[in-house]
Amino acid sequence: MATTLLSLEQLPQRQRATVAGIAWDRLSAPEGRRLRELGFDEGVGIEVLHRARIGGGPIACRIGRMTVALRRRVAGAIHVDPLTS
Amino acid sequence: MNPAPLVALVGNPNAGKSALFNALTGARQKVGNYPGVTVERHAGRMALPDGRPVELLDLPGTYSLEPSSPDERVTRDVVTGAQAGERLPDAIVVVVDASNLDNHLRFTLQLIALGLPVVVALNMYDLAERDGLKLDPQALARELGVPVVPTVAVRKRGIDDLKEALAELVTPGATALRPSDPVLHADIATLQRRARQIAMAATISETPVRRWTHMLDSVALHPVFGVLLLFVVLFVMFQAVFFAGAAPADAIASGFDWLAGLVKQVMPESILRSLITDGAIAGVGAVIKFLPQILIMFFFILVLEASGYMVRAAFLMDRIMASVGLSGRAFIPLLSSFACAVPGIMSTRTIEDEKDRLTTILIAPLMTCSARLPVYTLVIGAMIPNVRVLPFVGLQGLVMLGLYIMGVAGAFVVALVLRRTVTKGASSGFMMEMPKYQLPSVRDLAIGLWSRAEIFLKRAGTTIAFTTIVLWALLSFPQVPRDSHVSQVNYSVAGRIANTIEPAFRPIGFNRDIVLALIPAMAAREVSVAALGTVYAIDTAGGDDETKMAQTLHKRWSLATALAFLIWFVFAPQCISTIAVTRRETNGWKWPAFMVGYLFLLAYIMAGITYWLAVFAGL
Repeated sequence: MATTLLSLEQLPQRQRATVAGIAWDRLSAPEGRRLRELGFDEGVGIEVLHRARIGGGPIACRIGRMTVALRRRVAGAIHVDPLTS
Repeated sequence: MNPAPLVALVGNPNAGKSALFNALTGARQKVGNYPGVTVERHAGRMALPDGRPVELLDLPGTYSLEPSSPDERVTRDVVTGAQAGERLPDAIVVVVDASNLDNHLRFTLQLIALGLPVVVALNMYDLAERDGLKLDPQALARELGVPVVPTVAVRKRGIDDLKEALAELVTPGATALRPSDPVLHADIATLQRRARQIAMAATISETPVRRWTHMLDSVALHPVFGVLLLFVVLFVMFQAVFFAGAAPADAIASGFDWLAGLVKQVMPESILRSLITDGAIAGVGAVIKFLPQILIMFFFILVLEASGYMVRAAFLMDRIMASVGLSGRAFIPLLSSFACAVPGIMSTRTIEDEKDRLTTILIAPLMTCSARLPVYTLVIGAMIPNVRVLPFVGLQGLVMLGLYIMGVAGAFVVALVLRRTVTKGASSGFMMEMPKYQLPSVRDLAIGLWSRAEIFLKRAGTTIAFTTIVLWALLSFPQVPRDSHVSQVNYSVAGRIANTIEPAFRPIGFNRDIVLALIPAMAAREVSVAALGTVYAIDTAGGDDETKMAQTLHKRWSLATALAFLIWFVFAPQCISTIAVTRRETNGWKWPAFMVGYLFLLAYIMAGITYWLAVFAGL
């Protein structure tokens, strides 16, 4: 299973994926805790829904059954495994 | 007699907890404050089906028992019995979003592990069905080991069943179910996995339907159309505040004029009559006149919040806010500050990062609050010619818009400077759950509006009316001797204070009347209108209706002075309530003192620049 890992920031919009891993060391402690509380965890289904394109604004992604807004720097610390359909 | 059992409502943010609280208690609720912290305590009473009373507590929404804000700390301390002045609840209602089980059940598991009697309200059940989710509440109850009741709080469905379930829990001698599942004490990742298993077991089927929320979001969050939509929403909101608010405001004003006229008819001329008509009635009327506009503004803010749009606005604005070192979350408090900085500053509690929050509090008074409106309206109406510069674009409206933009621009510059100096630190993130769109319920809006009106009128009934009466006294005493050539205004205490400090304001174009009006307007900006009215009414011994007032200003002020006066009010911190709430929210006098200092300095400099630019331009 040699799939290429992307960060959530690079994941194309509407491309389904699963969370492969999270670089906790690149996040502050409160950021990491909030991410966990919002349900970010290895193996959870994820998809980028919207990008506030102008000037690198935040992204909105679906995680589980929830929609969460994140800044790009945090999205860059989340590694995802795109599902090949 | 034992006190009524205490039941706490707990749940994740966006689980519909407050709507459930409103559905259970109706209007029988009381908003207070937890001692020592700035967290609101929402309590209410309800009756169980058998008639027993229960005290209900609506705790701040939180994702876990590990607090990351003062609000979340209160929730944890109450449910663990550690909150000072609050007894340990006899039972907990865990409010869960039915369509978001995997996430909300994790917190539910933590709460069940506390060992208190628990009932789960499977809320927003209708939205879950709309999303193609079929759930089995019995299976969920079996897995969790606690009763589960499906509810739709905004439509008042399932409320009776929930009361039924609560009645069993708070019956003395009822044995609480104490699950001994070892994962309940496990770490967050293990809990999350267990929550997902339970959610799976409770889900009968899940048809992937194209969800409403996603369809709406593809417009609302669109880089072009979304921003356009936001501006349309803001435009409609401000138009409504200005136009729909005008007629009731006028009606209220004429009502108070009629009342003052009545008093003048039945009472002989005396100092007491003057106190009642020129002091009390005029003062209270000047404030209440204002209620329609505040209510319209809050109506929009409540609708935006309850419908789920507010977070979308924050998403769209995050980039701009980040450019001055704030987060999209600051957008909501700052937008509220357009109605009034007091609720705006209070709503900064949702900002987790302390420095982010402090910066937002410090710039909130720069948002053009509705208290500035009467001042702007009066001065613009009196001094700016009512001409059209373009079809449908009047000069007066343009000046008004300019003042709003000036406030926002000033706030951004100040935020930028503060984030590099006083509130220096790493920029915090923007991480937010985006709730599903839903139609706000009329009852929730009504309760929300009612509590805002109450807060405003209490403030009106005390601070502002009191200040107007003090001003009346300052202007009326000592009374000028009959044979004196000095006018009453000059002779009064206020006149003497104004005379003393007036030279300091001469360089920025302010005359003595303005300085005089600024003294009582420290309590609240809108008082300056009443104050100017009182100054001129007493001075000219005539009526104080608005046209007369505008004519008076037109006669006595130069355009340069009027512009400087307007700019002064863009910046000056003339509001005791804002200062008081800042003290409460920052736990001390340091930050309100800093805020007052920098704002007065800014107001003085900007008004001065405006005055001299206008003078050189020959205005």
